[in-house]
Amino acid sequence: MTGAASWSFSESDFKQIQGHLQAFLRDSNARCALLVDRTGQLVATVGDPPQFDPTAFASLTAADFSANDQLAKMIGEPEFASLVHQGERESMYLADIAKRVILVVLFDQRATLGLVKLKARAVVENLNKVFEEMFNRVGTGPAQQKGLLEGAEDEIDKLFG
Amino acid sequence: MSMINYASREINCKLVYYGPGLGGKTTNLEHIYGKVSPNTRGKMISLATETERTLFFDFLPVDLGTIRGFKTRFHLYTVPGQVYYNASRKLILKGVDGIVFVADSQLERMEANVESMQNLYDNMAEYGYDLTRIPFVLQYNKRDLPNAAPIKDLQGALNPGWPIEDLAQQKVMPDSAHPGEHLVEKIGAEWVGRAPYYEAVAVRGDGVFDTLKACSKLVLKTLS
Repeated sequence: MTGAASWSFSESDFKQIQGHLQAFLRDSNARCALLVDRTGQLVATVGDPPQFDPTAFASLTAADFSANDQLAKMIGEPEFASLVHQGERESMYLADIAKRVILVVLFDQRATLGLVKLKARAVVENLNKVFEEMFNRVGTGPAQQKGLLEGAEDEIDKLFG
Repeated sequence: MSMINYASREINCKLVYYGPGLGGKTTNLEHIYGKVSPNTRGKMISLATETERTLFFDFLPVDLGTIRGFKTRFHLYTVPGQVYYNASRKLILKGVDGIVFVADSQLERMEANVESMQNLYDNMAEYGYDLTRIPFVLQYNKRDLPNAAPIKDLQGALNPGWPIEDLAQQKVMPDSAHPGEHLVEKIGAEWVGRAPYYEAVAVRGDGVFDTLKACSKLVLKTLS
């Protein structure tokens, strides 16, 4: 492998993901769900729009999850598949999806951690399937459109003058 | 790992600034943050100690603009340069699309540069990434200092070249940034490739955008 593999997802993947997450938010009473890939890029947001910078949030989430992954290994666990950060009013629940993506659930006092955990189990399973299918498809998807980025160099020149 | 999102029509790529401690990685990002219009960049996040040494990373998202209807966004990261933060440094490399190695030109930092470069090769290898095949640019920073080593010496120590075995790539490629020099050339019987390099004084901003532009271009080329 020369570098990390790229992946892409289509509009129908996105709709499926949204569907699963919306059902989960309804069942768990959580406010918002974000999907972040392990390199720190925001993949999707469903529910109440976040009141913070989602890009920065995504990069910190990935760092948080990766650091905890290493901590798990140090104490002899293969991984921490989920993490909880509990605050006085706002809390977060994070769970691994297909080893490549992190589900972040934001919830307040209207939801309980127990319910979020319980309902998350099903949505994680569903999303695992969606993402695994997506990753297996890499190389045949629309990302292979030839010349997608033709002209990109001019755009870079323009930005940096 | 670049990500193409067809639903929101976005391309996201990750660039990592690597190099020895106090070499100027954070300064590069701060200069970019200061110069790029607030419309095209996000918030800069720095996880640093109280003495402003990078503890985990700095992060700055920059939008390059729309290309073929896709919003192209680069996520710039720095790693902590200090030797003992290797565990965190390695985490940041996960899914990297392009690397900028910021070397400190000062003679007395030569050993630290070499050690950091070796560490970069080792960490990349652990992920199964091949540094000679992904976008990689060197920046020789602090060129204004009187104790800066000659470029020839820095190149010899940090960018001596790697053998090119693929016949298709065995053709002379001039270095557009340095007339008379080559990124791919035949030395004796062997073909050798080198990473492009730029001279910089990051505190003044000299060479910062040349470096970023070169690396972004290489990344986008790998996608096209």
